[in-house]
Amino acid sequence: MSQSPLVKATDLAKTFDVSAPWLNRVLEGKPRQLLRAVDGVSFEIPKGQTLALVGESGCGKSTVARLLVGLYEPTRGGFEFDGMDAHAAFKTPQGRQLRKRIQMIFQDPYASLNPRWRVEDIIGEPLREHGILSDEGDLRTRVEELLHSVGLSPLDRVKYPHQFSGGQRQRISIARALATHPEFLVCDEPTSALDVSVQAQVLNIMKDLQRQQGLTYLFISHNLAVVRHVSDQVGVMYLGRLVELADKHTLFDTPRHPYTRMLLDAIPKMHDTGKARTPVQGEVPNPLNPPSGCAFNPRCPHANERCRQERPTLQTLVGIRIACHAVEEGRI
Amino acid sequence: MISRIRQWLDSDVGHSFKTSPTAIVAAIIALICVVAALFAPWVAPHNPFDLATLELSNARLPPAWSPDGNASFLLGTDDQGRDILSALMYGARISLAVGIASVVLSVVIGVALGLLAGFLGGWVDTLLMRVCDVMLSFPAILVALLIAGVGRALFPNAHDTLAFGVLIISITLTGWVQYARTVRGSTLVERNKEYVQAARVTGVAPLRIMRKHVLPNVLGPVLVLATIQVATAIITEATLSFLGVGAPPTSPSLGTLIRIGNDYLFSGEWWITIFPGVMLVLIALSVNLLGDWLRDALNPRLR
Amino acid sequence: MSLLQVKNLVVEFPTRRGTLRALDDISFEIAPGEILGVVGESGAGKSLTGASIIGLLEPPGRVASGQILLEGQRIDNLPHEQMRKVRGRKIGAIFQDPLTSLNPLYSVGRQLIETITTHLPVSQVEARERAIQLLRDTGIPAAEQRIDHYPHQFSGGMRQRVVIALALAAEPQLIVADEPTTALDVSIQAQIITLLKTICKERGAAVMLITHDMGVIAETCDRVAVMYAGRVAEIGPVHDVINHPAHPYTKGLMACIPDMTADRERLHQIDGAMPRLNAIPKGCAYNPRCDRGFDRCHEQRPDLMPAGATQAACWLHDASSMLTTGEAA
Repeated sequence: MSQSPLVKATDLAKTFDVSAPWLNRVLEGKPRQLLRAVDGVSFEIPKGQTLALVGESGCGKSTVARLLVGLYEPTRGGFEFDGMDAHAAFKTPQGRQLRKRIQMIFQDPYASLNPRWRVEDIIGEPLREHGILSDEGDLRTRVEELLHSVGLSPLDRVKYPHQFSGGQRQRISIARALATHPEFLVCDEPTSALDVSVQAQVLNIMKDLQRQQGLTYLFISHNLAVVRHVSDQVGVMYLGRLVELADKHTLFDTPRHPYTRMLLDAIPKMHDTGKARTPVQGEVPNPLNPPSGCAFNPRCPHANERCRQERPTLQTLVGIRIACHAVEEGRI
Repeated sequence: MISRIRQWLDSDVGHSFKTSPTAIVAAIIALICVVAALFAPWVAPHNPFDLATLELSNARLPPAWSPDGNASFLLGTDDQGRDILSALMYGARISLAVGIASVVLSVVIGVALGLLAGFLGGWVDTLLMRVCDVMLSFPAILVALLIAGVGRALFPNAHDTLAFGVLIISITLTGWVQYARTVRGSTLVERNKEYVQAARVTGVAPLRIMRKHVLPNVLGPVLVLATIQVATAIITEATLSFLGVGAPPTSPSLGTLIRIGNDYLFSGEWWITIFPGVMLVLIALSVNLLGDWLRDALNPRLR
Repeated sequence: MSLLQVKNLVVEFPTRRGTLRALDDISFEIAPGEILGVVGESGAGKSLTGASIIGLLEPPGRVASGQILLEGQRIDNLPHEQMRKVRGRKIGAIFQDPLTSLNPLYSVGRQLIETITTHLPVSQVEARERAIQLLRDTGIPAAEQRIDHYPHQFSGGMRQRVVIALALAAEPQLIVADEPTTALDVSIQAQIITLLKTICKERGAAVMLITHDMGVIAETCDRVAVMYAGRVAEIGPVHDVINHPAHPYTKGLMACIPDMTADRERLHQIDGAMPRLNAIPKGCAYNPRCDRGFDRCHEQRPDLMPAGATQAACWLHDASSMLTTGEAA
């Protein structure tokens, strides 16, 4: 299958200036502080597939999500959508077309719907904004269709968000995201705030919709079990960098990068309990002050001098993409 | 209409109203004052400003329940023979009009600027906040005096007709700041919420997001502030009128009436100044109490 | 003798629309040194149970009936001052957010020493020594220096360790931990639950671990209670509840959880949602969503009854209904 991928990110990077205000810097002699939230991330997502990005706090996965929907401008690099430069397109009037094709689902079901708007207005907003439907009757029909596709009743369109539960609100968010028939959906921890049984419902809906409409997903999560269920490819991020990128089975069955192994090991297991485990040492370092060389080296059992000096690049080794000197050198 | 009121009474805020005796009493008093003021030309027993109906023989009559009083002048008359009760109603009209007009203007300006500052951030925000700081360091009365003085100097002949414009502007000029600050704070919070981000992802223009998404969610505290500020504005206007730079004697507000009556206080004709004072206190107090109740009723944590 | 006994606890919230029963007749016990997990989804009442035991129920919520006994003595009806002494000395608490659990204005050492000297008859000097040792035991490096640091100088995982140290400071017999690892990264979570388990076993403190994460329960607890709509649906040894659940809700819950080890096309889902407190169905609270319900389930509320290795509140396990329906659970 040699068709080009729908989404192709190349060396995507975003740095935030979190320095103290100018006056404080001058008076207290504080230096400028730059936060490298995302530091050179590259991946491809073929049409109809799901790439999951996992990692812990500070790894930059949410920033990547926001870069891909145009909420942030990259400091370096960019991504191509269906062959065109997305960020250049966002700036042009034609860029609005792109916003119909890329949509986002957010983590917090309580903050992602305007509490003062009715459901029909919330879902209808993208339709109105892009002038897809202007007739009130057509709009109402489409809104009811969308509500039905996520398992809600068409009568719910006149209600307000506070009348719904967390899981139902998340479904409304999904309905809103699907209003313009997008091709690419960026999902930022869509089920992290939901109970397990509700999560199951929402994940099933998302999978069904993907199959029915041929959607491509970028799925951000910190929950590896959920990721295992929904993804085709998995990318592991640490401190703004991609450390391993492989297809789901390879990653879960034979994780290569020490951080991936540590992550998988750290997950509390429901069924094979009583097993002694070696918890990993240390915590994620301050992103404002990342370690030199490989960002994981202070916590890595296989770190050598090269790891402390030289940052590993993401290469294709042993059939996957991985950034690790130890793997490159064949030490693990 | 009735059913909507009934629906509102059933809601959380309505329930809080029903169970708060202060709020109910305050609302009734405020309503009476407003109705009296609004319908003064029809409700007042006399028209105190129609020079043709005034008779000097009626001057300085005490209130009706005193031995020298006259039943048709319930609260007595002033030095020109004007019925105090009617003057109160007309005066309240002016006071309320100026108070509400200046608050409305303050709200419009303050909310607009606060939204812009909160949403756009950057230098717009810094500039606006510094302007607010400067405005806050001036006492309202001084600003009003300044503007009134400037107004008189610029338009020496027209100052009576311009008096109200000047009055409203001077109260507005210091009143908008608190709305701007409150709305800016709320806007900063709402701006980062995911529903605003969702609108941005869809491609909605920033101005539209401000207007349709953020504005409805930041208006809550504004309502409380505005209610309480009506009382403050009325008192400020009364102060200015008392000082002589507010409503002119030809269409006096309650403050003007108090000033006029002040001269007669020590000669024994206390009713000329006391009754306008009482009316002023009633209006300001009832509006203030309503504002207090509203703040508590809208506070989600106290529910 | 059990350390903690909860008997027929009922917690109510009077609202202007009527009284809501947030906890409806729950009973369970915790033996000394045991780790009991309390698991359930949002609204099931697990945090309220913890709050009632510690005595931190927010008004207008109140204990309407039932008893809570610690070491055989009632603690639910104690006057405020006495409850304060019990809390802290015999019961320690760990909450979800390490940021707000510690007072940002006081150094960590001061908070520890204050707790120790309030409840134990030791001098300031000894209290400080104990505090340093506590910090060491919870895995904080350079404890002698860090004892004088302020909470903001610790990272999230370190702060939670300080909170654990604080909970253990007065040498309590019971620790109530409400979602202690939910706000932490996965790798830190693993460290914290290992710490909690070892340090409590070492000191013989029992733990009531409240969480929605079954994996954490599986790794840490001896027994687990599954809560649903303010009631206990099932309670028993952790491996039995997870691997051989008797209550249909527990079965459904286990099936919903995405599995790390296997691939599934669709996750099992339980249709519907947990009922709101003002709309709890008659009979068994789970009956509208249960695929194995029968007449009795709609009418009579089941109490906990033996069901294999666990206890479940389900008529399927009642000997008499087995006879009428002719089927085993």
